[in-house]
This record gives sequence, C-alpha cells and structure tokens, in this order.
Amino acid sequence: MSAISSALSGRPYRRRTEAMRVIFSILFLLPALCAAQATIHVGSKRFTESYILGEIVTATVASAGEAQAVHRQGMGNTAIVFAALRAGVIDVYPEYTGTIAFELLRKRAAASLEDLNRELAPLGLGAAVRLGFNNTYALAMREARAAELGIGAVSDLKRVPELRIGLSQEFLNRRDGWPAMARAYGLAASPLGLDHGLAYEASASGQVDLIDVYSTDAKLAKYQLRVLTDDLGFFPKYDAVLLYRLDLPRRAPRTWEALIGLEGRISSRQMIAMNAEAELAGVPFSRVAEGFLSGSAARHLAAPGEGRTFISTLVGADFWRLTGQHLLLVFASLGLSIVAGVPLGIWAARSPRVSGWILGSVGMLQTIPSLALLAFLITLMDTIGTVPAIIALFLYALLPIVRSTSSGLADIAQPLRESAQALGLPGGARLRLIELPLAARSILAGIKTSAVINVGTATIAAFVGAGGYGERIVAGLAVNDNMMLLAGAVPAALMAIAMQLGFDVLDRWLIPAGLRHDARAGA
Amino acid sequence: MIRLEGACKTYRGSVALAPTTLTFAARQTSVLIGPSGCGKSTLLRLIVGLVTPDAGGVWVGGEELHKDNVERLRHGIGYVIQDGGLFPHLTAGENVALLARYLGRSRAWIEERMSRLVDLMRIPARLLERFPRELSGGQRQRVSLMRALMLDPPILLLDEPLGALDPVTRYELQDELKRVFAELAKTVVLVTHDMNEAAHFGDHIVLLRSGRVVQAGSFGEFLSHPAEDYVRDFIRAQRAAVPAAN
Ligand SMILES: Nc1ncnc2c1ncn2[C@@H]1O[C@H](COP(=O)(O)OP(=O)(O)OP(=O)(O)O)[C@@H](O)[C@H]1O
Ligand SMILES: [Mg+2]
Repeated sequence: MSAISSALSGRPYRRRTEAMRVIFSILFLLPALCAAQATIHVGSKRFTESYILGEIVTATVASAGEAQAVHRQGMGNTAIVFAALRAGVIDVYPEYTGTIAFELLRKRAAASLEDLNRELAPLGLGAAVRLGFNNTYALAMREARAAELGIGAVSDLKRVPELRIGLSQEFLNRRDGWPAMARAYGLAASPLGLDHGLAYEASASGQVDLIDVYSTDAKLAKYQLRVLTDDLGFFPKYDAVLLYRLDLPRRAPRTWEALIGLEGRISSRQMIAMNAEAELAGVPFSRVAEGFLSGSAARHLAAPGEGRTFISTLVGADFWRLTGQHLLLVFASLGLSIVAGVPLGIWAARSPRVSGWILGSVGMLQTIPSLALLAFLITLMDTIGTVPAIIALFLYALLPIVRSTSSGLADIAQPLRESAQALGLPGGARLRLIELPLAARSILAGIKTSAVINVGTATIAAFVGAGGYGERIVAGLAVNDNMMLLAGAVPAALMAIAMQLGFDVLDRWLIPAGLRHDARAGA
Repeated sequence: MIRLEGACKTYRGSVALAPTTLTFAARQTSVLIGPSGCGKSTLLRLIVGLVTPDAGGVWVGGEELHKDNVERLRHGIGYVIQDGGLFPHLTAGENVALLARYLGRSRAWIEERMSRLVDLMRIPARLLERFPRELSGGQRQRVSLMRALMLDPPILLLDEPLGALDPVTRYELQDELKRVFAELAKTVVLVTHDMNEAAHFGDHIVLLRSGRVVQAGSFGEFLSHPAEDYVRDFIRAQRAAVPAAN
C-alpha cells in the first residue's frame, strides 16, 4: 500500500528462483524447523484488516487441532507476502480478488474466482473461501457537505467541478484508479495527492471535500463520511478470500475444512466494526479475532491503548529481536562500506583523474530515494529482506567514507608526503605507516557519520521485511498507532546517540596520540 | 659521488633549474646558496628522486637514478627537509626508528644505534618519547637529523637544517654539525641562504641564481675571483647584514 508496493508489483512472478526460497527459509523457517508437530504458517499484510483476518485464520487453524498455527504478522506489502506464499514460507493468507487479478496476475480486467484459480494453479496456488465482504476503493465525503450539495453517487460529482479532491498517491496513479475513473464518469477535476494517513484529518478539517477510502475503513463511522454509490459499477470487486498453497488441503484436511467454515461469515459492517475496535479502540488484533470467533465482536470495545503503556510497548517481546536485526543491518552494511569505501577513497586521492568519477557516482547514489533504491534492488536481486536492505544501506554509507578518506589523504601536508617518500618507503608502506594514520581522524569521522545515518536509514528496511526498529514504525504507520510508532523511533534515536558516543570512545583508541587535541602534555 | 649532467626542471613554463652539470665530491660538505626561489630545493629533490629531471640525468654513487633503483638508493641518503618533516603521529623516537624497523633491523641494533645518535646529537634521550609538536624547533631539527643519520647513509642532503632557529642555537648547531660531518666523513649537500654559514661549512660552495649556477668553488675563490658582479654583490649584502661575523 506504499510507493514500494507499486514498484514491486511491476515485476512478473513467473520465475521462481532457488535463491528466493533459500533466503526465505533462512529468514523465516528456522524456528519452525525446530518444531516437531506439523506447522501451518499464516501470513498477513501490513494493515489493520489484514492483521485481524490473519488472526482469525490462525485461530481457526489452531481450533482444528491438527497442526500448530503460526501467524507471521504483517510481513510486508502484497508483493512480499505473495512471494513468501510462493516460496512456501507461509501456507495461506487473506487476500482480495481484485488484488489477485490486477496486481498478482497482472490481468487487465476483473475475473471470476474460477478464472483466477485457473491461472493460480500452475503456480501451485489457489484462492477460495469468500469471507463475505468486499473491500474496494470508494469515494467518500463528509455527510454534512454531501447533504448540502446533494451528492449521493459518483455521477453527481459532475455537477460540482469546483470540489476539492484529495487522493492517495496509489489511487491517483494506478491504471485502474483515478485516471480510468475520471474517464468513465466524465469528471474533469484535478485532484491533489495526499498521504492516505492524512486524508481523514484533511477531510474532517474541511481542507478537502472528497477522499478515496477503502469500503471497510475503520474511520468511515468515526468521521461520519458518506460513501458515494458507484452507480456505474466502475470499481472492481475486492472480495476477501484466502490465498493458499494447493498442498494445504491435502496436508491438513481437517484444518482446511475449518477454514472453509469461514465462508461468508464476515460482513462489511462486521469488518468495519472490527477494524474500528483494533484501530480506534486499541484492542489487540488477537482479541478482536477471538471476539469475532466467539460471536461477540463488540464485547472487547475498551479504552484506547488498554493494558498497554509506552514502556511495555517499547520493551515488548520483540525488543531484542528488533535490536539484533537493527544492529545487524547497521554493522553489516557499515562493514561493507568500510571495506569498499576506504580503498575507493584511497584511489580517488591517488589519481585525480578518477577522483571526480568516484566521488560523483558515490554521491549520486546518495540522491536516490531509499524506497526507490530498495525496490530496484529487490527487482534486481529477486529477493527481499535483509540482503537488499544491507546492500542499500551499504550504498548510502559509501559517500561519507569515500569522501573523508580521500580528503583526509589529500590534506596531508606536502612536506610530510615528501619526507615519507624520501625515506625510501615503498608506496604500500607509506600508506600503512604514514598516510592512513595521518588521515585517521578524517576517515573515522566519515565512518561515524555513516554509522549514525545508517541507524536512521535502517528503519526503512522494514518495508522490505528486513526487520529492525523500522518494523514498529511501519506497523505504527500502517495501523495509525502512534505509541507503536514511537516505540520504534525512540530506540532508533537512542541507538544513534549510543553510536555517536561509541565512536567517540573508539576515536581515543584509533586516532594516533600525536594527532589528538587532548594528547598528554609532557613526556 | 653525486653528479648532475645537464639536469633541468621546468614548472609550467617557468624554469626552476636550468640545465646544470655539477659534481659533489665524496666525503666533502658542499653548500648550495642563493636567494629564495633560485632552485636550491629543486636541486636536492632531483638528487633524492622526488623530482624527475625534464632532461639530463642524476648519478648517485655511480648509478644513474631511475624508477627501479630510486627506493634502494634513497636508503643510502639521509634527507632533511626545510621544516624537519617529522611525522606528527609518531613520537620522536618512532620517527627516528621508522625506516630501520620497516627494514627489519633487530631491536638491539636499533637501540644501540639510537643511543649512539643521542650522544652524537647531544639530545636528552627522554625527548625521544615526545611527539614532534611537543618539541622546540631546535629539538625538532636535531631529531630530523637523527632520523636522516639512522641507517648511517653515506650521503646527507640537508635543506636549510638550521632555518628558523634563534642565532644562539643556530651558532651552536653549526659547530656541532661541522664536528659530526667531519667525524662521520659523509658526503653532505647543505642548503642555506647565509654566506657566513656557507663559509663555515663548505669546502665547496655553489651559488645559484634563477635556476642557474653562477659560481662553484671555495669561499676563497668567491672572494678572490668572483665570476660575476652578482657574486660580489651577494657577498657584500650578506656581510652588511651581519658585520659582527667578520
Ligand atoms: N611543485 C612546484 N610547482 C611549480 N613551481 C615550483 C614547484 N616547486 C618549485 N617551484 C618553483 O621553482 C623555483 C625554485 O624553487 P625551489 O623550491 O627550488 O627554490 P629554493 O631555492 O629552495 O627557495 P627557498 O630558499 O625559498 O627555499 C621557484 O620559483 C618555485 O616557485
Ligand atoms: Mg628551498
């Protein structure tokens, strides 16, 4: 549901490489391999509804008593969860028929479930169990404003071309989004791109009149929005279904039967209520699911953030895992950029002719937006997760290190350089014994800059399933949970500060005493 | 011992050293003298291979200097640049021992050699534990000389080794160096601006002007048979500046 998802869905999933399977296995399967009992892995995407449906499916699997049920919560966006399903890392996840048709199978028109299954079968996948609601795009307007203008259906919009329309970038840009809709309905307005998370507030404060929503959005009720009737039937169906590996019914027949029991069980109204419970009342996803399965969806409506303090979120069960992942991302990429950056910096300092090229290209890498770079690397390497994230961080960390190395070396005074040469030390020894130590302060400063920047940038890695503190930030953004967001942002900031302090200590070790400002006074 | 044959160097059209043919005899102290920018340092750099001549050649100990032998020949040359050129990240002692350590000399050899040099240069041994910036200018000059002498090279190239020193220290060091050079029987090429210093050290004086040798010979010859008016002018200017030294 982000820029990266559209970028990611740009590549066809016709080819499955062994590499992808291996990476997924390493990343996600290890814990499962240890379990003796058969395990069924349920996936979900990173937004409230998917989390809740994932929990419902997981609880249903568990209730069948045939296999252990593991929920890989909020693994990522569509492309990532789908890739995980194809690689066998998960067995089933909730998906929408429209997404399957347009994004995953890259069809141009909506298709029946039978048609979808015909194309999914060669991939070893199937779609079944319509859960009972349609979560499609819709346009919505404040109830009062809609009444004032007398607008009830999309066709009515033609009468009021001066409406201010704020649309999410995704809806604004996708083929089957606004451009096609404007054509179908003959609308001439020029909408404004708006972050989806801000759209409701912008609408409530009257800054825009019309926004795009999902038809089961939790906030539809809260903000008193009127969903306009799609009177020309423009929007395709996004019926919620289960997307699964075809071997699942064979592997776990009783479980599959239980899952089939979910068919038609969840209405749009129920889904909106559950989304509101989780998103607006702060009820944990698992308890929303539990409430639904025990037939009392509203029972758990509780005070926001009930039973959860900032501190308990901060040091939650995943704290050490996220810290470990974050450190891995930062230090693995930093290590690579030192190994590559210092020699590049030396080369740039040695030969002025290539220096412009080296610094220019390393600097250009810095200007690529991180999500775009990640999307590109994922397409290029055909894998998601830690590896492309580390490579992206590595590329970003290069510039400070290359630049500080080359300028540190270039700034060595000419007489010192000549003295070293005149002593009869060969080039390599001069570099090791004289030039690098003299440039140490500058090089370390570059490495420190890279390390601190990396701690921040590594939060982006969560978008591609590489974990780290970003996982909380992304989850917090996805479900509008500020506490969760802060529980990711605060430790990342603390880690950046710790990094800074750590390097200050390291400076004392690595910068030759004779070059330090605070070197001992006498002998 | 050291010979330049038509060696010259031009920087972007401006002549630093015109084609020059010169010999510096073995076990003798030669002095290069001349006004600022006349090419003295350039001449030393040619000898130590930091600058490659545009034309002509440089012979050191009978071998013509080129890429393949320059590092080996440098081990036989002690070179002290204008402001000492000590490495700030190493202590004075580490500066002195750097090359010997790199060449794998034993600890005992290095210690023994350093203590000889400490005596020779009359430097308190504890100063060797300090970093260059913790030393006075004169102390730094002595340490630079120690570093140049460490491997006991037959040749010493000293670019204004006594520049930037107060007159008293300078006077002292002049005497000491003259003693050291005589004691060790080195081939020395020393650069100075100062005719009195040149007369003090030099068996052989070379006066340069605008990259050209004006006269080469003993101080006596400079006085009795000046090659050009410029020689007389140069000497007179120096005498006027320091009348007491006469
Ligand atoms: N790397 C260089 N690039 C360009 N010009 C140079 C370079 N080195 C020396 N020169 C020029 O060559 C000439 C001779 O310089 P050199 O350093 O040999 O003078 P010097 O006799 O040692 O002067 P001083 O007594 O001031 O040290 C000067 O005019 C100087 O500007
Ligand atoms: Mg000079």
